[in-house]
Amino acid sequence: MATNTLEKTTGAEMTHEEAPCCGKLFQPNVDIIEVGNELKLLVDMPGVSSDSIEVGFENGTLSVHGRVKPRDCEQQKYLMREYDIGDFHRNFEIGETIDAAGICAEYADGVLTLRLPKVEAIKPRKITVTAK
Amino acid sequence: MIELRTMNHPVVRLRSEMDRLFENVMANTGLNRSLNAFGRRNFPAINVWEDEKNLFAEAEVPGIGMEKLEVLVAGDELTIKGEHRSSDDKEATYHRRERGIGRFERTVQLPCDVNAEKVEASLRDGVLLVTLAKADAVLPRRIEVKS
Repeated sequence: MATNTLEKTTGAEMTHEEAPCCGKLFQPNVDIIEVGNELKLLVDMPGVSSDSIEVGFENGTLSVHGRVKPRDCEQQKYLMREYDIGDFHRNFEIGETIDAAGICAEYADGVLTLRLPKVEAIKPRKITVTAK
Repeated sequence: MIELRTMNHPVVRLRSEMDRLFENVMANTGLNRSLNAFGRRNFPAINVWEDEKNLFAEAEVPGIGMEKLEVLVAGDELTIKGEHRSSDDKEATYHRRERGIGRFERTVQLPCDVNAEKVEASLRDGVLLVTLAKADAVLPRRIEVKS
């Protein structure tokens, strides 16, 4: 396990190699749903505001990063502590061919919704051979 | 000062240590970690802190609107319950499903009694913050020293 690997009680293990810029980094829980001609990703990122989310798509890899403003102070004494607060980051390898320009993202109630339109498969073309 | 009777009691401490141990074992087996060692849902995770007059309980509940959340207080117990939003897409194929589904309910014992009349809850970006005024009986009282 890398030194920057942290676990959130409700989250999963971080597996990417990038080092966090500051503080702790968590892997958000995600649902990946295929509906019709698009892939829909629901990413749980509680405590992030919509202007501090970065979404990138490059070479078939979708990356999501959400910065979380610290809500607690150093001196805060917890009587009960079940989760830690930190940024969210996760990369996804997308196997399908995606129309990168058509990706749209929405954030509401702590959930980021990404819609990735699939590029329609190129229809097999029949080539007719003409006799001379 | 408030006595943290529940948190510091050896049995409670042992219990939470055991829970943590089991959770780690479960995590390593790759099983769903929203379930604890006894298969019970442990959602949402809750942090609690205090200042002089209030207790603060915070929980991460992404995707759950206020209309689907219920916060109940009785004596020194706080209950958070609600329901995860279900997908309305009938023809959807799930490639990955890590987010919660269905109803949840969780009750935690607070370190002191609170005034159930003075409880406020706010929800922002999927983070629920419950502010609970401590019961008058547990507030520190200044005692005049007579000479």
